[in-house]
Amino acid sequence: MINPDRTIQTTCPYCGVGCQIDLHVKDNLIYRVSGRFDNQVNHGNLCVKGRFGFDFTHAPDRLTQPMVRKDRRQPFDKSTYTTWESALDLVAQRFRAIRDEHGPNSIAFLTSAKCTNEENYLLQKLARAVIGTNNVDHCARL
Amino acid sequence: MTDSIVNIKHADVLFVIGSNTTEAHPVISLEMKKAVRKYRAKLILLDPREIELADFAFMHLRQRPGTDVAVLNAIAHVIIRDSLANLSFIEERTEGFEKFAESVKEWTPERAEAISGVPAQQIVDSAYLYAHASNAMIFWAMGITQHTTGTENVMACSNLALLAGQIGRPSTGLNPLRGQNNVQGACDMGGLPNVYPGYQPVADEIARAKFASGWGVEYDELSPKPGLTVTEITQGILEGRVKAVFVMGENPMLSDPNLSHVKDAFDNLDFLVCQDIFLNETGEHADVILPAAGFAEKAGTYTNTERRVQLIRPALDPPGEARADWAIILDLANRLGANWHYDGAADIFKEMATLTPSYAGMSHERLEHGGLQWPCPTPEHLGTPVLHIGKFTRGLGLFKVLDYRPPAELPDEEYPFLLSTGRILYHWHGGTMTRRSPGLDTIAPEAEAEIHPADAARLGISTGDLVRVFSRRGSVVAAARITRRSSPGMVFMTFHYAEAAVNLLTIDAVDPIAKIPEYKVCAVNIELLTQLTDKEFSHESESTRAVA
Repeated sequence: MINPDRTIQTTCPYCGVGCQIDLHVKDNLIYRVSGRFDNQVNHGNLCVKGRFGFDFTHAPDRLTQPMVRKDRRQPFDKSTYTTWESALDLVAQRFRAIRDEHGPNSIAFLTSAKCTNEENYLLQKLARAVIGTNNVDHCARL
Repeated sequence: MTDSIVNIKHADVLFVIGSNTTEAHPVISLEMKKAVRKYRAKLILLDPREIELADFAFMHLRQRPGTDVAVLNAIAHVIIRDSLANLSFIEERTEGFEKFAESVKEWTPERAEAISGVPAQQIVDSAYLYAHASNAMIFWAMGITQHTTGTENVMACSNLALLAGQIGRPSTGLNPLRGQNNVQGACDMGGLPNVYPGYQPVADEIARAKFASGWGVEYDELSPKPGLTVTEITQGILEGRVKAVFVMGENPMLSDPNLSHVKDAFDNLDFLVCQDIFLNETGEHADVILPAAGFAEKAGTYTNTERRVQLIRPALDPPGEARADWAIILDLANRLGANWHYDGAADIFKEMATLTPSYAGMSHERLEHGGLQWPCPTPEHLGTPVLHIGKFTRGLGLFKVLDYRPPAELPDEEYPFLLSTGRILYHWHGGTMTRRSPGLDTIAPEAEAEIHPADAARLGISTGDLVRVFSRRGSVVAAARITRRSSPGMVFMTFHYAEAAVNLLTIDAVDPIAKIPEYKVCAVNIELLTQLTDKEFSHESESTRAVA
């Protein structure tokens, strides 16, 4: 039997039921997931995705480095790696230029039904208070 | 949901409409099964397909896709005609009843049968069951919302709840099942073009003044003009009005309808930024990719389908230089001239709660002890398991007069099959997460098209054969699965497989109010592929080739 280095209580990232789960972590790998009983949502139950669908976290093709390319025909690979500093500088500079030339409503933001409340709050605040547009939506309808 | 998951087992009647609960919300389906088997609840299922829940149903009404309003109007007709309506509830808590009653007079069960294919007697029986129940819950999911009449379908459910007084008590109400972990929260947080957090309209002067002062900007800096929805953004790009898009954790180039159209649009952009954990189909068209931390690598909260706000906690370090989405947005905002300071997710939540009345009593500190259901207006408030007790948000519940409108594109001679899209148990949404989890992908490795045995026999198709499914907009190849789950004349496919992206086929006709695309109905044709030609090879994925 494997003993976890740590067990972290969290919320399942799949559907909207919000099952409470424990991530069992050993050597920085999630090797097991179990349902928690101490809540009003899943009473220890989990579906097949909530039990066995976490390998994506450790997938070899996770994005690990900001990437920028000047030509869209160029594929993203190691040659497009850049620093956070230069990637965010570029985004800020381009957004500023596009807003100045075409107005704030020429920029649109897609927030995410996968991201946290805090992140959704912050991105719509950026769109509305910093850029000045209400072009904010996500795939709630899909 | 206006009610709570924990109350499902105490309902007498569960009316499930357009929700394949056992596959899309499996843990909620366990509560439904418990209600049926252990507590003797009666389940009425209104669904075109013979899904697993049909085995637990007292009655299964199999309507033709897109005819929900006809069936629900006829149920309302019977409830009024046979004096089953809850008149004291209607008197005390609703308005618009007379007009509504007049409008459903012509909606006899026989008329609805002619349109929907649901036998008139089943319509009568379900009206009696629903109205007579001590406590009845209505559930729905994308099966009724992803139609050009999506808003009307939901209003038709609401009419029934008002008519029978099945709302405002535990184990009753209107219970949409949200498909994504935080779609409720993303809406609550103002991830919509017309509202600030807490559904405070951007066009409302008081809300605008409140957010201007809360965010430390001038009143004039906030626009009172509602923005564009996802489908309107695509159109805006094609018309040259939208020049740049920032995408956080979404994949419109797989999840939007009529994908070729979306691809043309995104290729037209001056500047596209994608922030995600994987390089997805949309990212392939981006200028800048920002690597984000996944759910197990950061702190924050999700809001579930019953409005329960729950914590997520970091268990791992993000890979490489990936960072939490909030930290990236913070850095970007400050580069754009803002002066924001946040210590972490808890700090952001604190600011949000001061501006969002339904979250005002919550904090990460409180949530450490368990989730809370909004509205939770004060730090002492225990949260709200059941909405609309005693009073509706708008005051009186409003009956809506609804007319039946057929779907935008129905089968014809050229495209004789009706395509409906949805999910299966083993995969989730665009497949980004589940297709990278071998335990799941091994079970369901390739796209399938569900075809009825009668159609299959006529076309000489057997299970496992490769078929081309094509519409006016595009074409995909999938393995045939011959089953009686779908009716004759109907094809069912999922949107989990990028290599057989079903949204190449779907139509971008939308509901005029909610702007939701009609994923549940479009016209297609199918043909058996005897052998893939070289040209077709170049379009298909590894997995499809392996099967060929």
